[in-house]
Amino acid sequence: MARHRGKGFACINYPIGMNLGGDPSQALVHSNPDGKFMVALSSIDLGQGMKSVTRQIAAETLGVPVEDVYVETADSDTGPHCMGSFASRGTHRVGNAVIQASLEARAVMLEAAAEELEVNAEDLVTDGKGNIHVRGAPSRSITTAEASGAAQFKQGKTVSGRGIFLIPLSEVDPDTGEMTPVSCFAHAALIAEVDVDDETGEVAIVEINSAYEVGRALNPKLIEQQLVGGAWMGTSHALWETTEPYYPSREHGPVDFNEYVMPGPGDIAPHNIAVLERPAPDGPYGGKGPGEMCANPVLPAIANAVYNAVGVRVDELPITPEKILRGILANGGAKPQARR
Amino acid sequence: MAKKPVQFTLNGSEKATFVEEGQNLLDVLRRGVGDLTPKYGCAQGTCGACTVLIDGEPHLSCLTLAETVEGRSVATVAGLENGAALHPLQEAFMRNFAAQCGYCTPGMLMAAKALLERNPRPTREEVVEAISGNICRCTGYEAIIAAILEAAGSGSAASKGRG
Repeated sequence: MARHRGKGFACINYPIGMNLGGDPSQALVHSNPDGKFMVALSSIDLGQGMKSVTRQIAAETLGVPVEDVYVETADSDTGPHCMGSFASRGTHRVGNAVIQASLEARAVMLEAAAEELEVNAEDLVTDGKGNIHVRGAPSRSITTAEASGAAQFKQGKTVSGRGIFLIPLSEVDPDTGEMTPVSCFAHAALIAEVDVDDETGEVAIVEINSAYEVGRALNPKLIEQQLVGGAWMGTSHALWETTEPYYPSREHGPVDFNEYVMPGPGDIAPHNIAVLERPAPDGPYGGKGPGEMCANPVLPAIANAVYNAVGVRVDELPITPEKILRGILANGGAKPQARR
Repeated sequence: MAKKPVQFTLNGSEKATFVEEGQNLLDVLRRGVGDLTPKYGCAQGTCGACTVLIDGEPHLSCLTLAETVEGRSVATVAGLENGAALHPLQEAFMRNFAAQCGYCTPGMLMAAKALLERNPRPTREEVVEAISGNICRCTGYEAIIAAILEAAGSGSAASKGRG
């Protein structure tokens, strides 16, 4: 009886967003009289950083400090329409809508500034610190707050913008079946190293090494957080979690967290991540979406690592100790494969 | 069913309320005295989201009969910050991106506070043990462990906070 070390590899192409009758999201941006900007969305922040990323995108596009931008995702009755926060579509779809809305609002802000400074709006630039000035003449300037105030209290303009980003429904060629369901792919490769105990069938993760290509990393810390947490979820799906352990039988289906088991803080392993930035041509500032893909490559990599360790090919998730032990029994013992 | 009066200290403030027989502390904290920081997760003591400190010890408030805190001192996340100043643990959680959806965070913070009060310089293994009863589905735990170790390194985490 022994513990066997195994290594498994997997790589994925991950489509950003979906295309079932078209995939739109909208954004509305407006300035308050104090020059702060409000971005209204119906895209929900589940903790993945939707608000942070759209705030950055709006600030960058408007040309104002990020602290002057607020993102409201109150609800889908009062906000502009959004398909939702799923399919890793948030950064890509909503980010593009925010850019469009911010560009329209920025144009009005610059018109208002131009009227106050008695210059052409085309000659104005923003410094990203809350000032608008004549290109090449920083002293001829007005603050973004003053421009917004003048627009609303003197000029009678709304400093606002509308944005929508739509991936239209892809027509299917009736002869060939050809279609373009996805405009943007992210990519990942991952190596999982595991120890498999051939007496208990238990799998311990030893180390994970991964590389993720996510377009431009708009917020590197949030992306790292997603990738680390997502790999935990992938590990959990690979080895632990199921509501139907003997599908389709409901036998032994878990009813609470005592039975629906997940890896705890003592079951995690070091995870080294390389983030590769290949800006997406149609992404907001090149961003894609690190959402679901952060869990996906972990599952096949662990399945391959288990095979490499003991020679058991489990093709139904999760890879439980029971399945591994049955496989070892069927093979007449653990059959470690060549070390890689 | 008759209601019983219960008096206890919540984050340093005296509280007096009526509780029903069998009512759990989580319910009394959230609905009785309006402290929404302990979270309602599984209601059976398996997720840790409702963790509070009673006389400095971590307890699952969903499994604690409210009447048993008579005369005792209860601490929740609501008592961690001091005015505008966050507790060192909260600062460390922020710096380490130790929250995503945030639902487990109050329980994690209180479990960590209890640990640092009895063991100001824990090892990684001791941190893991201390939060092993708290489920997190977003972070993969690594950031939380790092945050607690960092707060312990700052040396002031144990003594801060009211109650």
